[in-house]
Amino acid sequence: MSDAVFLRLSGLTLGYGDMIAVEGLDLSVRRGELVALLGPSGCGKTTTMRAIAGLIEARAGRIELDGRDITRVPANRRDVGLVFQSYALFPHLSAFDNVAFGLRLRRVPRVELERRAGAALASVGLDGLAARLPRELSGGQQQRIALARAMVVEPRLLLLDEPLSNLDARLRLEMRGELQRLQRGLGITMLYVTHDQAEALALADRVIVMRAGRIEQVDDAETIYARPRTGFVARFMGFETVFALDAGGLHGETGGVLQAPAGAPAAGALAWRPDGVVLGHGPHRGRIRAASFGGAKVEYLLDTSAGPVKAELPARAPRHGVGVEIPFDLPLATAAVLERL
Amino acid sequence: MMRALGRLAIALVLIFLVGPFLVVIGAGLTAGEVPAFPPRGLSLRWVEAVFAVESFRGPFVVSLVLAFGATLAALALGVPVAYALSRYALPGGEALRTLLFSPAIVPAIVVGLALLRHLVVPLGLPVLHALFLAHAALLVPYAVRVVGASLEHLRPDIEEAAVLLGASRARAFFAVVLPNIRGGILAAFILGFISSFNQVPASLFLTGPGVSTLPIQMLAYMEHTYDPSVAALSALVALGSIAVVFVAERALGIFRYV
Repeated sequence: MSDAVFLRLSGLTLGYGDMIAVEGLDLSVRRGELVALLGPSGCGKTTTMRAIAGLIEARAGRIELDGRDITRVPANRRDVGLVFQSYALFPHLSAFDNVAFGLRLRRVPRVELERRAGAALASVGLDGLAARLPRELSGGQQQRIALARAMVVEPRLLLLDEPLSNLDARLRLEMRGELQRLQRGLGITMLYVTHDQAEALALADRVIVMRAGRIEQVDDAETIYARPRTGFVARFMGFETVFALDAGGLHGETGGVLQAPAGAPAAGALAWRPDGVVLGHGPHRGRIRAASFGGAKVEYLLDTSAGPVKAELPARAPRHGVGVEIPFDLPLATAAVLERL
Repeated sequence: MMRALGRLAIALVLIFLVGPFLVVIGAGLTAGEVPAFPPRGLSLRWVEAVFAVESFRGPFVVSLVLAFGATLAALALGVPVAYALSRYALPGGEALRTLLFSPAIVPAIVVGLALLRHLVVPLGLPVLHALFLAHAALLVPYAVRVVGASLEHLRPDIEEAAVLLGASRARAFFAVVLPNIRGGILAAFILGFISSFNQVPASLFLTGPGVSTLPIQMLAYMEHTYDPSVAALSALVALGSIAVVFVAERALGIFRYV
């Protein structure tokens, strides 16, 4: 993997009509890297991806691919592949002809075309179903055909728009592994758009978290998971209890205050995962509003003077009833120290 | 009880729909001298007589050519319009949609009169041109509607997929959109052809000396000759239409698209 920037967006602004979807976005992807664009629906991740593909025009800013400005290059000459969330297979063409479509446009000679399309089908394990129409294939099979169709023309950059979101859980895991194998094997640069935090963490070399048209944090998967920098990323990564921090203590949505843990910084915010909250002893007190059994653990929602706190205990630990007031602790050791909410 | 009533309702509707057709066929097959139902004896003499009537031949050819040409023209206009309406949020798209359906709402006889008064007479348009214009205008809404229905079933992102694989917009349309709305286009063609072939109200004003369409000629014929040959011809035209629809349905199952 080379460290050179392969795809670079600078100051990219995108919108539909009067609405600005993405504003002043900067991001870069290195050659051969798999980067996930992660965010809730409406955060601008799909819009960004469509702009990279050339399907929508940039209002401002630049898109550079391999050192060349492609901001004004039409979509069909960008050499950027896209796997659609809906797969977007051509309904009147067989699996083979779907895959061969791009090769035919490139006037690849017949023998080579058959070899390459056949190899692409084989690489996704569907060489036996070449003659089937899309409607005769299962969702997972259609997904693979879409992948083979996008990859067979060897695009410089492959974009994937939530490609696994329409598959069931088991198939999703299987395809995730397959995608990773294909990406590593062929060294394709991929930008993977998803709202599924687990998928992004499992697949990507780097994760870009987006919120409301802006980038919130860019880091490798482990850093994002362990050290989110903002309240938004923290919540996305499962730190469900987030409090703002100042000299007076921890502040939540209720306006009340909890004493900050010793050694905490004087500004920013702190966040805890449910398993990072100590329940049963500690300096604070909270009343249990709800308890829900979740298999190996029981989740508790506590009302505290600063706002709700989410905690959990192993299922075999003694249970606490709803309405009971119990002590708890928010230790600095298990907290994520955030720059801002 | 409810079930019996339901069956009765269905039977009544069927009689209402099929009844006139049976009357016409019966009257055409009569052995007598005047159209009658039930027929007085069965014979093919009036069917044979149809082919002997000189004055039906020219109008038959006119009607065929007209139906073919007008339908093609309506599709040439209607397919791009249907495509634009389904794919782009056009400014005033709703108004355009309404305007496009106006020939289907305004009585055809009014369309015919308007064309005669404001185009044919002032411009001295030849009869055949005027007929062509009127028929094509009346068919555009059907073309837009039927083709539009099959476009609705087609995901727009398959065109984007084709473009990203290297196709131009136009290429994507011909390679990916057109093959998938073929059924809708054929259905629109058949509906258009049949409705043009059977068009009376607009043609009434626009046929002129020496040039007439078959239905208009049939009307004229009936005015001075009251014999069963018109009934026989009507039955032949209806059977021809049914045959076309039946073959198309068998071959393509096109009416799934409408």
